Amino acid sequence: MKSMSKKYQSWGRFPKVSQRDNPLQWRTLPIPDIPCTVLPYGLGRSYGDVCLNNGGSILTTRSLNHFISFNTDTGILRCEAGVSLAEILDLCVPQGWFLPTTPGTKFVTIGGAIANDVHGKNHHKAGTFGRNVPQFELLRSNGERLLCSPTSNQEYYAATIGGLGLTGLIIWAEVQLKPICHRAMSTELIQFSGLEEFFEISAQSDQLYDYTVAWVDCGSQGEALGRGLFFRGNHVTEEEIPASWHVSSRTLTMPMDFPSFALNKWTVATFNWMYYHKQSSKVIKELVDYNPFFYPLDAILQWNRMYGKRGFLQYQFVVSYEDHRIIRDILQVIAASGSSSFLAVLKTFGDLKSPGMLSFPRPGVTLALDFPIKGAATFELLERLDAMVREAGGVVYPCKDARLSARNFQTHYPQWNEFSKYIDPRFSSSFWRRVTRT
Amino acid sequence: MRKVLIIGATSAIAQETAKIYAQQQDALFLVGRDAEKLEVIAADLKVRGASKIDYTSLDLNKCERHQDMLQQADSYLEGIDVVLIAYGTLDDQKECEQEYSKTKRSLHTNFLSVVSLLTLLANMMEPQNYGCIAVITSVAGVRGRQSNYVYGAAKGALSIFLQGLRNRLQPANISVLDVKPGFVDTPMTAEFKKGALWAKPEDIAKGIYKGIEKRKDVVYLPWFWWPIMTIISYIPEPIFKRMKL
Ligand SMILES: Cc1cc2nc3c(=O)[nH]c(=O)nc-3n(C[C@H](O)[C@H](O)[C@H](O)COP(=O)(O)OP(=O)(O)OC[C@H]3O[C@@H](n4cnc5c(N)ncnc54)[C@H](O)[C@@H]3O)c2cc1C
Ligand SMILES: NC(=O)c1ccc[n+]([C@@H]2O[C@H](COP(=O)([O-])OP(=O)(O)OC[C@H]3O[C@@H](n4cnc5c(N)ncnc54)[C@H](OP(=O)(O)O)[C@@H]3O)[C@@H](O)[C@H]2O)c1
Repeated sequence: MKSMSKKYQSWGRFPKVSQRDNPLQWRTLPIPDIPCTVLPYGLGRSYGDVCLNNGGSILTTRSLNHFISFNTDTGILRCEAGVSLAEILDLCVPQGWFLPTTPGTKFVTIGGAIANDVHGKNHHKAGTFGRNVPQFELLRSNGERLLCSPTSNQEYYAATIGGLGLTGLIIWAEVQLKPICHRAMSTELIQFSGLEEFFEISAQSDQLYDYTVAWVDCGSQGEALGRGLFFRGNHVTEEEIPASWHVSSRTLTMPMDFPSFALNKWTVATFNWMYYHKQSSKVIKELVDYNPFFYPLDAILQWNRMYGKRGFLQYQFVVSYEDHRIIRDILQVIAASGSSSFLAVLKTFGDLKSPGMLSFPRPGVTLALDFPIKGAATFELLERLDAMVREAGGVVYPCKDARLSARNFQTHYPQWNEFSKYIDPRFSSSFWRRVTRT
Repeated sequence: MRKVLIIGATSAIAQETAKIYAQQQDALFLVGRDAEKLEVIAADLKVRGASKIDYTSLDLNKCERHQDMLQQADSYLEGIDVVLIAYGTLDDQKECEQEYSKTKRSLHTNFLSVVSLLTLLANMMEPQNYGCIAVITSVAGVRGRQSNYVYGAAKGALSIFLQGLRNRLQPANISVLDVKPGFVDTPMTAEFKKGALWAKPEDIAKGIYKGIEKRKDVVYLPWFWWPIMTIISYIPEPIFKRMKL
């Protein structure tokens, strides 16, 4: 099929690249024979360039959205790689099953969730997404179809989980779902006044709650540095099932790009201040639907347009518990730089190991930030953060990255050389070319 | 539980419509020309909830085999409540202009073969005194335009055929729905540049389902194609013939 080069961008709207699009229609067909490199593409919810292939082609998987089988005794669902988490939830929640773990948006595909080995608010209980994928089929450009599991083609199983779409095309995968008795979540929202308190609440919550995450007010300095809101929750138990339940399906769509001045230091600080003070009591307990609990941002479709045409950069890293003081230093550097982050998310990762060779999550503390792009200063700030993370022995999350240097990437992920052996010769990405540039 | 026959079940629009029925535990029988694709779709619909599902593969241009196929569907489903005919081909207009054989094939696939099915279906369903026959035509059938008048002629002829059939089956309490989609983003239109007027197959599917439920006669999908096509059909021919459409 012919296709023309078109302009593309990922969720962060930076960088903008020119690439072809070859939609895949049926799982029985081979990788299209085209004279350029290819890269699978799910729903483009990665922020940077792991899902972009400048000058090459992307293989869009959205039509590979068929379910294959669902064993309602064991909770093992087998589906094509273009099925989204939203479609799985629509199917499974009414039957009493839930995703083993989920990122902060349900508009991602199974293929994308495996290739970035995504994590959720329950990392401390369930590990990464890849840990809950018993097996999948990988189609290579030479036509080979590899059944990958911990016992079959183990190297490809390990390389493909967190493999950034480079080892071949995931055709279908199995996901181990978990049983729930209702769609409601029993949640608590707690104010904390600084990082010390965050770590206390976190240590205590990680045992009692399946899901924990915190939002940090990046605008505050001095005494208030590191204050924020802690979210924790569990699926309701049989006893807690509400008598009646209303599900709102309302969504809004961000109608236009915000002008780039709309998100400046003052508006962001105001938002952060308001968000922190939105509750007057220290703790709020509530039953909420799983949608607003897991996917607060999905209620505003295309919210990324809020950042204007210039786009924004996400920055997520993890450091070990021992080095968690670096979090404070980094918050200080950000506050001092005057470029406030709109959403700062703080969470502890547990020590359940991911099967992925190149996976990002590891035991420790992770902080995710986003910065509207304001020219060179934004990039300089993030380079400073890179150095701090590197010194603390931390790593940056490729799925959210658009600018990490090759040197930093290779220091963070020394296993990249070993990983390269499993890359399909016809597959490549803008990200991979950038971080392996010599 | 409804008993639903889908002819041309591998079409993107048909697949999305089938999902709506599957989710409601209806029984389905699928017909298409590619067994491998039908297998994929049937498994998917089974997981989505279909109480019962089977398929058969048939090149629908083979009209001599329509009778057997319909028999097979009827005995599997034990009667048919709803039929959706969804297959079609958007043949290259320029090639059809050069070669009658191509035009003839397009007319056969998009009009005559459907007429063969409708003839048999009408006679099968008439005695049962209930049911719905839904057929996907196109807004292209509303007025002939230089860019696709062969396809348009087939779909337009089909719409007139459906009008007559509706009239005939009215006393038998069988509704005949003519579905006229505008631009839909499906494999059929993969090479087209997409703009604001383009709809997704799942939205068209919802419209088809609603049209069947409400026993409508004609639906334009999305709805805004009705005013657009109404205006287009009122443009006087002396002006219309000079337009580049
Ligand atoms: C609002 C929001 C919140 C988020 N929250 C989190 C979070 O909490 N935790 C987290 O970990 N991430 C989070 N993310 C990131 C998101 O989960 C990942 O980027 C996810 O991988 C996106 O999936 P996708 O289907 O859009 O894939 P894409 O972004 O299109 O692609 C991602 C990668 O997967 C590869 N890929 C896609 N399909 C296949 C396939 N079939 N075979 C092989 N490779 C494939 C691509 O080549 C690419 O390398 C969030 C993103 C957003 C927008
Ligand atoms: N897409 C649009 O913009 C648009 C607009 C108006 C109307 N329509 C109409 O909508 C209907 C569905 O099309 P779509 O958009 O969903 O496109 P599609 O996915 O390409 O579906 C067309 C289907 O017709 C099948 N088909 C063609 N010839 C056949 C034959 N001889 N025997 C059996 N099956 C045959 C194809 O089967 P294979 O899969 O085996 O090739 C394919 O599944 C068609 O009637 C089309 O004319 C579409």
